[in-house]
Amino acid sequence: MWQWFHKLGSPRWFYHISGKFLPWLALVSVVLIVTGVVWGLAFAPQDARQGNSFRIIYIHVPASFLALAGYYVMAAAGAVGMIWKMKLADMVMVAAAPLGAALTFIALFTGAVWGKPTWGTYWIWDARITSMLVLLFLYIGIIALSRSFSTRETSARACAILALVGTVNIPIIYKSVDWWYTLHQPATIKMTGAPSMHPDMFKPLLVMILGFYCFYALVLLLNTRTEILLRESRTTWVKELAEPK
Amino acid sequence: MTTLSGAFFGVIHRDLCIAMRHRGDLLNPLFFFLIVVTLVPLGISPEPARLAAMAPGMIWISALLATLLALDNLFQADFADGSLAHLVLSPQPLWLLVLAKIIAHWLVTGLPVVLFSPLLGLMLSLPDAGFLPLILGLTLGTAVFSLLGAVGAALTVALHKGSVLLSLLVMPLYVPVLIFGTSAVQRAVDGMSYGGVMAMLAAATAFTLLIAPFAAAGALKVGING
Amino acid sequence: MSSQPLLEFKALTFERDDWPLFSDLSGAIKAGEILQITGPNGCGKTTLLHILATIQPINVGTLRWQGSDISQCRQQYLASMAFIGHKPGLKLSLTPRENLQWLSKLQPLNRCTSAEALVRIGLAGFEDVPCYTLSAGQLRRAALAVLCMTQARLWLLDEPLTALDVQGIADLESLLLAHVEQGGAVALSSHQALTNPAVRTLALDAVAEAQF
Repeated sequence: MWQWFHKLGSPRWFYHISGKFLPWLALVSVVLIVTGVVWGLAFAPQDARQGNSFRIIYIHVPASFLALAGYYVMAAAGAVGMIWKMKLADMVMVAAAPLGAALTFIALFTGAVWGKPTWGTYWIWDARITSMLVLLFLYIGIIALSRSFSTRETSARACAILALVGTVNIPIIYKSVDWWYTLHQPATIKMTGAPSMHPDMFKPLLVMILGFYCFYALVLLLNTRTEILLRESRTTWVKELAEPK
Repeated sequence: MTTLSGAFFGVIHRDLCIAMRHRGDLLNPLFFFLIVVTLVPLGISPEPARLAAMAPGMIWISALLATLLALDNLFQADFADGSLAHLVLSPQPLWLLVLAKIIAHWLVTGLPVVLFSPLLGLMLSLPDAGFLPLILGLTLGTAVFSLLGAVGAALTVALHKGSVLLSLLVMPLYVPVLIFGTSAVQRAVDGMSYGGVMAMLAAATAFTLLIAPFAAAGALKVGING
Repeated sequence: MSSQPLLEFKALTFERDDWPLFSDLSGAIKAGEILQITGPNGCGKTTLLHILATIQPINVGTLRWQGSDISQCRQQYLASMAFIGHKPGLKLSLTPRENLQWLSKLQPLNRCTSAEALVRIGLAGFEDVPCYTLSAGQLRRAALAVLCMTQARLWLLDEPLTALDVQGIADLESLLLAHVEQGGAVALSSHQALTNPAVRTLALDAVAEAQF
């Protein structure tokens, strides 16, 4: 078992293995997302109150889930890299940061697009949006920190520490922002109707969420592979890969 | 013979001595605090009613910014003259030395902010009920700002323009403290009991006091290598 | 005297900005010897000393203190080692005496009093002036005063000869020789070669390989 774990830590082995199942993963994610998009945009029934503008949740909700889940993936990778000194885990962490930041931005942007026709405003300081914004700052902080150090190992350790501190704080931040919002707004406004969704609207959402998870895994793998190539650029196996055949 | 308490109080004593010899620097965060609060009526409105509505938040935000401004001094001076290596390589536990530095730093930046806050409450027409929770809350809050800020300061100690990055790194972590602190004052002003909120703030302070020195010590060992 | 080296490093590799500084570097420092690390600017002398002092964590390679891996005996190692870096490590607003007093709270410095150390290092009369008034050479002497007071067995010094005048260099050499005669060890980096024949040299090339 330890041997497999150790093997997993070898960037070269990971590169070759991931190359094998990357096409399948790409196929699955594309199929899921296309199905979800077509189903959700064209076939799901209209919402009673919001009409067609609710359909943006098919992008907004999966993006929000993954923005948060992605932070935990990044922090976990950082912790593994710091505790077991695994270079590959550090690379996964560095690869996950811009991906998570982009998803957070998509969540905020689609939320704004949703807000205008539904509640009349692009931006509102409610609990979820404010927490998403703070999450975006956490991501940007990690990305900025990762580019500031001169040695890769120091950079990875610093980002891992910051990611872990952020992980402990995310639930606290979310709860406090949630509580802050209820102080200033009567609780009558509901931002998403997710729990009381009609099954016909909910099924395409599930498909989209699954599709987004697969897509996240796909892009994370691609980013990690690029990071591997970058860092191991002086080894023979990478040089052989780069040689024209 | 070196002892834990000798090292702890030795570091506090050293930092306070140095601060006293640079008395001008002590006033910088304080003036910043005053200036920001002075800009509020100028930039928004001098009406006492409007000022009173904004007072809890404005005072807390100014305190937060003043602490951020002063966080650079925590480790960077030691890094610049090489004494940080002595701290990191001491046989005494690093978390203890870091805690000593944070305490000395708070005495020099957080405490003056707390002591000046009633004056600023007056200037912003804060109702009487808000003064006690303001002072209590700021005492706890500035302590948390210093403790959490130390982790960020340790990570960025060797970086160029580390101070800009530092603000970005610690700002999300300050959000809960800001929320609880301003809520306590607001509740007092509105006539409600604020004991629960203050307890949350005290819990946050206790938790941070327990964790931050270790996190900052670990961060310092990483950050010193730039 | 035991032939087991005090400090032993094997297969140390270090990269900065993805460029190897040195790779597969091995060596040892035995009790009673002075090891001088030489090499052109930028070849990694300071980095090597930082690694030996455990400021810079090891990514590839091992470091052993008296036979045990450094991760097992770090506390013991820190208590037996004195590191003086390239920057003096003194607070400029404090006087040399105050600096030594503060440093003695962090590590055991009781071989002699701070007053005696400052006299021995050539700063008699300057004990109570703020360090920012001292010249670069005097500041370096004040930083080295720690060596007179420390109980540490291994001294790691990064460019200790910087800014010292001819007398200062001679004083430092005699200090180092006295220390190794009593069973201690010294590793230092410098551009200027020490003239004493008792000194062993480790040369770091500009191209990532060491000759030993």
